[in-house]
Amino acid sequence: MTDETRDATMSIWRGTKTGGRFETYTVPMVEGMVVLDVIHRIQALRAPDLAVRWNCKAGKCGSCSAEINGHARLLCMTRMNTFAPGEEITVSPMKTFPIIKDLVTDVSFNYEKAKEIPAFKPKPKEADGTRRMYQEDIDRVQEFHKCIECFLCQDTCHVIRDHEENKKAFAGPRFFVRLAALEMHPLDTNDRLELIRQKAGLGFCNITKCCTEVCPEDIHITDNAIIPLKERIVTEFYDPLAWVKRRVLSKGAQQPGPGEPEPPSAKA
Amino acid sequence: MSKEGIERHDYDVIVVGAGGAGLRAAIEASAAGAHTALICKSLLGKAHTVMAEGGIAAALGNVWKEDNWRVHFRDTMRGGKLLNNWRMAQLHAQEAPDRVLELEEWGALFDRTSDGLILQRDFGGHRYARLAHVGDRTGLEMIRILQQHAVHKGIDVYMECTLQRLLTDGGKIAGAFGYWRESGKFVLFGARAVVLATGGGGKAWKITSNSWEYTGDGIAMALDAGTDLIDMEMVQFHPTGMVWPPSVRGLLVTEGVRGDGGMLTNNEGKRFMFDYIPEFFRADTAENEREADAWYEDKKNNRRTPDLLPRDEVARAINTEVKAGRGTPHGGVYLDIASRRSPEFIKKRLPSMYQQFKQLADVDITTTAMEIGPTCHYFMGGVRVEPETAAATVPGLFAAGEVAAGMHGANRLGGNSLSDLLVFGRRAGAGAAAYASRTNARAVDDAQVEAAARSMLAPFDGEGTENPYALHAELQETMQRLVGIIRTEAELQQAIATLDVLGERVDRVTVEGNRQFNPGWHLALDLRSMITVSKACARSALMRQESRGGHTRDDYQKADPEWGKKNVVTRKRGGQLELATEPLPQIPEELRQLVLAEEKQPA
Amino acid sequence: MATASGVRRIGDRVERKDLWWVEPLIYVVVLGGFVVYATWASLANGNYYADPYLSPFYSPCLAQNCVHPTLPLLGSWWNLSPAILIVGSPLAFRFTCYYYRRSYYRGFFRSPPACLVPDAPKTYSGETRFPFIIQNLHRYTLYIAVLVLVVLWWDAIEAFNFHGHFGIGLGTVIMVANVLLLTGYTLGCHSARYLVGGYLDSFHKASLRFRLWTYSNRLNVRHNRWAWASLVVVGLTDLYIRLVAMGVIVDPRWIS
Repeated sequence: MTDETRDATMSIWRGTKTGGRFETYTVPMVEGMVVLDVIHRIQALRAPDLAVRWNCKAGKCGSCSAEINGHARLLCMTRMNTFAPGEEITVSPMKTFPIIKDLVTDVSFNYEKAKEIPAFKPKPKEADGTRRMYQEDIDRVQEFHKCIECFLCQDTCHVIRDHEENKKAFAGPRFFVRLAALEMHPLDTNDRLELIRQKAGLGFCNITKCCTEVCPEDIHITDNAIIPLKERIVTEFYDPLAWVKRRVLSKGAQQPGPGEPEPPSAKA
Repeated sequence: MSKEGIERHDYDVIVVGAGGAGLRAAIEASAAGAHTALICKSLLGKAHTVMAEGGIAAALGNVWKEDNWRVHFRDTMRGGKLLNNWRMAQLHAQEAPDRVLELEEWGALFDRTSDGLILQRDFGGHRYARLAHVGDRTGLEMIRILQQHAVHKGIDVYMECTLQRLLTDGGKIAGAFGYWRESGKFVLFGARAVVLATGGGGKAWKITSNSWEYTGDGIAMALDAGTDLIDMEMVQFHPTGMVWPPSVRGLLVTEGVRGDGGMLTNNEGKRFMFDYIPEFFRADTAENEREADAWYEDKKNNRRTPDLLPRDEVARAINTEVKAGRGTPHGGVYLDIASRRSPEFIKKRLPSMYQQFKQLADVDITTTAMEIGPTCHYFMGGVRVEPETAAATVPGLFAAGEVAAGMHGANRLGGNSLSDLLVFGRRAGAGAAAYASRTNARAVDDAQVEAAARSMLAPFDGEGTENPYALHAELQETMQRLVGIIRTEAELQQAIATLDVLGERVDRVTVEGNRQFNPGWHLALDLRSMITVSKACARSALMRQESRGGHTRDDYQKADPEWGKKNVVTRKRGGQLELATEPLPQIPEELRQLVLAEEKQPA
Repeated sequence: MATASGVRRIGDRVERKDLWWVEPLIYVVVLGGFVVYATWASLANGNYYADPYLSPFYSPCLAQNCVHPTLPLLGSWWNLSPAILIVGSPLAFRFTCYYYRRSYYRGFFRSPPACLVPDAPKTYSGETRFPFIIQNLHRYTLYIAVLVLVVLWWDAIEAFNFHGHFGIGLGTVIMVANVLLLTGYTLGCHSARYLVGGYLDSFHKASLRFRLWTYSNRLNVRHNRWAWASLVVVGLTDLYIRLVAMGVIVDPRWIS
């Protein structure tokens, strides 16, 4: 419970899309502060027009995404005591997205991509009018629903971070998580595999796992969302045996009864 | 000002605020055929609804067959100390199950019972385990599902756009006016109907669970447009907010901790809540620890643990314990689930809480008790609405969610907020769409727009000396100290005087920089709403000379049956706040009997 | 500071202050070292059998010129190293493995070298084009890897067989450890996890597949550790047998 104050020194990128530079600020801080607290102090004491997005300050809304010492992090969940005393901390905006001002970037790319994903389409209800799903079926999808849309995975993904031209044909990790959630939803009937392969560009991902490393919600993006989607794509488009099996089965195949899960290979 | 060439959009219905209520209203209005826009201060999906943790209260009867809307209605009314608008509470209890099932229809994945239905959890003030939930991140699930549904319905969304004025034409709604946060440029919406879903104003307090968005803009705009506010004195202090470290003081700790078995103790290790059971709830509440613990498993033969009394009771009890010197080192009490549930159970049921304490306070809640204390959480009061359509007293204006009043009376039960958002969000959307379809577009009055624009740009004029951040800190200090959990006439008088001064000083606020994404300017504008709302709160609190729910007067410690029949109404006339009392709507006799009936004592 | 597309680049400097280049360097050294060693060992065509231990690089031994043929399917016409016939399949399994892909894309292709460190190549098409589109056939290398694994189990059991007598030597222990690690690595493979049940949308009526998927999942969580451990140990197994066969060291035996 030491209330000793010491100074925090932060080098923050200040500027707009026409340019800018790093400015260094020093403000006093107290124990338990996070990077966002220091930025708020800088706003109150040094730079009232310093732009930063934030809302909940508890790691639940995913607004305060930025790059701290070159790591994609939430400002509100990065404690100051994780840095060496006196260390100058570099804070810059997410570099994958166009800058608006200071630490605020234009993340509309993500909202546009979200619009391209076909909606959830449930199968008919049970005979008793209920919807039954079992915990073992949804555990895997609930992990994906933890996503707070901080877009740090999008920021860190080199496919769009380093190759601007790929933005047209690549949805990014956040939306692979979303697509995986829909594809693995026990009630959903929409087929999005062609979209995942083509428009969402799953093949661009070379599973280097940076998205998983930066996820503040600890979603295993690569292992649990992207790779299972890649495997589904393989079955649908690349696996000759699966293709033969589909051809053979589709002749005498029966339609799945209501309430029965469709075999994924019959989704096409 | 009009020379600027103000950007203008016209809609049948605009919905202000994109939390649960706003999204649900927009979906409904759009489905009813109204040309609808959704306008929000933050990015879509970041609204305060994401912070809701515990669950959505709805009498689905999946866990306890005995549960139904009547029990839920009774719990809600009793929790609200009978100050609720009975019809709202009834509609809410009746419709909440459908609204929850509707979310499932749109893709939500609630935790399941073993036979595949929606699992429900215990929460304060609810007779049965009633809250549909997703671990402790129910709000996130709800906002994401609604957000995706709204996007797929093609509703126009204006993000990071702050509205500052409702425009009226002959006393009826004509549109709204505000600015883009990104560019600072003005934007004008012509609209036949406006749905306010802007939440409360907890950011006027220092220790609060609310985010920066909670500045009471909707309440202030509605007041300026001429509408009635009610119950502005009713502010809920959530009993369990974090108390350490200082920078996260106030951050919410879900009631689900207690719902899942957590208990409150003081620094003597005593479960003090048994000393604070009020007469009103005595028949429903366990007398001893044995009964309280048995209740989690067997609700038929045991009564509810006092740890799960309604929030106002628990918050006051904690306040008293801390003042009596029985608090923790950081000025709270202990909330202990570590000694009562297994680490696996805690991590499965309360993953966000586990993370929150681990990351922000270096505390492992599976081995250590949490330190918690009350935090400003929720406005029960706000815009007075008509129950069926959520229409405010100004024609064309509708309100749903925290900005609206009546549903929760003097105190809201946990879990009733998310269901409120859905039930009345939908009703407001439908009401606004229906209103818009039978009214003509109103003319926008340029004079109103110009006056608003001039006032909004005033902080750039550079004549004043006030810093918005410093002024905000003073406001928070004032409200925390003088209009907190326990109130007295003298302190309220002092608060009102201070707020009057702050109200003058806010006109002298000056900001640096330009209009482009300038947080100092944004705060300067938000401060005006916060001060207005604070004034309404302090003055209403002074007027209500009794203690009831979220309003506790040290100088009037008892609930007064006469005051229990009245709402405090706030209006703005000629630029001045006017307060009055008006009688509550009369509750039908059979519902009154339902509410007052004593629960059967366990054998 | 602004590029034509409006995307701001805050200079090209890497803001990371940690030793981000160490990890890709380790990948290059270890993976590169393994490939070099495995190639050399496979071409050596000798010292791969030290009775009763058969080097995993030479198993199954399919040509008649084997010192210890497993199944001389190919007859006598093959006169090169018998390892050439078989060593490619486990290598293909590892090359197309989702985990190793991550490592060598980072280490050798530097795309990206580390998180938030810029890609070295200017253009990028990921796994959408030849040759990397072939990675999609990973599951076929899994099928072969499973067959090889069966043979390696057989070899491990044979390692207890000292001329018809049950025995245990250090080589036995190494071979059993090797096959256990390879099993953990193979069954936790992302493709295996998918094929045993991951393809289902609902497990409720498929309890066996759910269980298999759950087991595979448990292995998969630490797939990276299984991958590295099995890689190192398979190399060491060969090296150990080689040294024993060369007479450099004597295999300690506890029961024989």
